[in-house]
Amino acid sequence: MSPSDFFYRNREIAGFSNPSRAIYAAVRELLENSLDACEAQKALPEIFLRITEVTASEAGSSIYIMRISDNGTGLPPEEIPNCFGKVFYGSKYTLKQARGTFGLGGTITILYGQITTHKPVTITSSTGGEIHEYEMMIDIQNNRPMILRHRVMENKKKWRGTVVELQMEGDYSRIKSRLLDYLKETAIVNPYADLTFVDPAGRLYRYERGTEKMPPLPKAVKPHPHGIDVENFRRLVSVTKEKSMKAFMMEHFQGVGQKTADNFLKAAGISRRAKPKSLKPEDIVTLVRTARQFSDFKRPDPSCLSPMGEELLETGIRKELNLTESDFLQVVTRKPSTYLGFPFIVEAAVATGSSISKQYKSGTTIIRYANRIPLLFDESSGVVWKVVNKNINWSTYKVYSDTPLVIVVHVCSTKIPYKTVGKEYMADQPEVEKEITNAIRTAARSLRIYISRSHRAARERRRLNIFEKFLPKIAEFSTKLSDNEDPPDIAPLLAAVSTTIPDVEEKIKEVSTIVGDAA
Amino acid sequence: MSETPHKESEKQREITEASLKQLGNLIYEQIQNREFPWVMMQSRSTDNIIYDPELRQYILGSRTIRRHARNIRHIRPFTQMVWTAWFARELVSMRKTSTLREVYYSARGQQDIEFSGQPESDNIITDLEVALNRPREDFGIFPEERSAIFGDLTIEYTVPGYEGRRMNLTDHPDGVMVGPAVTSSEFVETSADKILVIEKGAMFNRLIEEKAHDKFNAILVHTAGQSPRSTRKIIRRLNQQWGLPVYIFTDGDPWGIHIAMVIISGSANAAHLRDLATPEAKWIGVWGTDIIDYKLPTENLTEHDAKRLRELKTDPRYTDEIWQREIDIFMKIGKKAELEAFSRYGLTYIVDEYLPAKLESVENI
Repeated sequence: MSPSDFFYRNREIAGFSNPSRAIYAAVRELLENSLDACEAQKALPEIFLRITEVTASEAGSSIYIMRISDNGTGLPPEEIPNCFGKVFYGSKYTLKQARGTFGLGGTITILYGQITTHKPVTITSSTGGEIHEYEMMIDIQNNRPMILRHRVMENKKKWRGTVVELQMEGDYSRIKSRLLDYLKETAIVNPYADLTFVDPAGRLYRYERGTEKMPPLPKAVKPHPHGIDVENFRRLVSVTKEKSMKAFMMEHFQGVGQKTADNFLKAAGISRRAKPKSLKPEDIVTLVRTARQFSDFKRPDPSCLSPMGEELLETGIRKELNLTESDFLQVVTRKPSTYLGFPFIVEAAVATGSSISKQYKSGTTIIRYANRIPLLFDESSGVVWKVVNKNINWSTYKVYSDTPLVIVVHVCSTKIPYKTVGKEYMADQPEVEKEITNAIRTAARSLRIYISRSHRAARERRRLNIFEKFLPKIAEFSTKLSDNEDPPDIAPLLAAVSTTIPDVEEKIKEVSTIVGDAA
Repeated sequence: MSETPHKESEKQREITEASLKQLGNLIYEQIQNREFPWVMMQSRSTDNIIYDPELRQYILGSRTIRRHARNIRHIRPFTQMVWTAWFARELVSMRKTSTLREVYYSARGQQDIEFSGQPESDNIITDLEVALNRPREDFGIFPEERSAIFGDLTIEYTVPGYEGRRMNLTDHPDGVMVGPAVTSSEFVETSADKILVIEKGAMFNRLIEEKAHDKFNAILVHTAGQSPRSTRKIIRRLNQQWGLPVYIFTDGDPWGIHIAMVIISGSANAAHLRDLATPEAKWIGVWGTDIIDYKLPTENLTEHDAKRLRELKTDPRYTDEIWQREIDIFMKIGKKAELEAFSRYGLTYIVDEYLPAKLESVENI
């Protein structure tokens, strides 16, 4: 069975489980491909997505045209057919944080479009030179692109980027609100991107860029021996040019020097002079097992991670949740940590205020990300839900069930601890769970100060209201009672009681600075 | 009397109105001086209510409180007091009277001032009494009428439309309601030489019917339970003006005892007011001793009654020998008797036998 064939038969694994989820999965694959393409050349992403209904079919699903364009790197013309027409094209021997859920890019989407509509896909791309346009299909049984048409056009405006247009069956109406959530959440973690979406009804959704800063690109690092599995070990062995196991270990893994390599190979019972190519399968299993338990490796190198950073995450949240000065937002980026040999960083944010209560139902709303991909489904099975609802005692932070609260958690890692093949939620790895808990707690400490200060401000305002209510009455009736003509001026009295109020509101704004210092 | 009666009451009215206006001026000027208005008054909290053995009544102690509009908890009652003062001044200047209940309803519709219930408005009226050191009757605010008076007493009305008109209180055989008109009237003359105060309406009517007023040469007063302040004031005036002795006749239980005591020594609730008590008044029954001597039909004391008796036993107003003795007897026999208990010996027994004997024995003490 070819990889294409495998995915054809098991498409629900990749998220194409029903017509509405298919729309969501297709948008997700294509959009994230585009974002990666833009970031690869450090271009501020400008992405345009349009879904058009072609024909309504029975049982709610329809045929749609989905078109996405970006201003990313573009693809070299000769690579286009393989990039989009073959599953598992290319392979990686180094690790870095990447968006792609399955490393399939848009291929699986194209595959799905083809099997539901039997229509070809059109891919237009340029790296700055001529524009190449391919119309093609996938030969599923042989896992091979079939080019139907190839056109080369002049590129007077020096356009760079890629456009993918395909047809697929789906059910937009049932996924609409989730899709809009997805786009909004994507806009939060990509505040430097400009996203435009036109839905089948012709409605325009704009997610405007909030900053021109982009986070640094993650560096590629060698795998850490703790995190290697048998298959990846085998692949390294098959491509290595090293002649001895000692050199092999030092060349292909991070944190392994002369001494560590010697000690490790001794522990595994493999000669340091053994040739990698002559390792038996059982030797590889032994090496992987030993690596997992061997404690003298250096800690995994986190430079392959690309957290958002507090500033960018704050920009994204502020713009998409329409926070104002008087709302509360605290963003925390934790220091790198590791689990099972994989480095990871947790970022969290807590927001509350009147803007939140206008947009969300009262209570807590969780927004989850793994490597900058929003996780929308199976919320209550995931580790973030567990942390928020089980680990943290919110009354400590003066948060009660009706407090409008948005909690954002971003976990970035070379390997996200997904719990299932569907990759919709993260497992409660103890180290990851602990970091998420600490991140939220840190943010919540300043939340507590904000809430008690806003309670005080509300009390002060109520106080002023009381004076504003009764002083005029006292003036009115004392005037009548004393046979005076005009009521006395109560303005100086009101001014005296209201002086304390702006004071408190000033302090609310200072909260984040104060707590930032403390944390 | 040097002045005609209605001129005297007119003077009182003017003084009251002036004191209300003065309160308004005080507050008005405080605000003009950019000061949060405040009013000093004696504290009415229980620890500031002291029994004065000399006056033989409860009085307020020396502790004062400042009701201050700057205080978030004071400003609402403060505003309500200013409104109530204004309302009282309207009543006084228009020569109208009102009831506690009416004051409560009059504030309805006054946004933010509205009382949450009559207890709240009653309380604010009491504050005004304390602040101005005047009873609310001066402001034309009366309780609901329920007590009555009967006997040879000529009064002269001062209420608008009746000024100078006289009436003898024997004119109406049901007795005359003690309302604002009677309360504000002048007492012109009487042939009576004593006052007989009765707790219950049935017994009051019985005494009128049996011509007890003639027989004992008495003015009869019906308190209808715990005596309203205006009625206590009338009893005191009659006692002071003509030196008429006062005899109080109540049910033979702790509640009846206390009705008598409030007439004699006043209540803690009215500790801020003078001229309500009649210290010389005497409680003549129904005593515990009477229950035994007259073999009256009785009921058992309830737990509630017994508890009240124990309270009275330690109350500073009850230190005199007769009270201590009777309380002990009630507690010892565990019984109580109503005024009507004498009916056992016939409807006229009380007038023919009991009262003459009782009055004679009391007068001899």
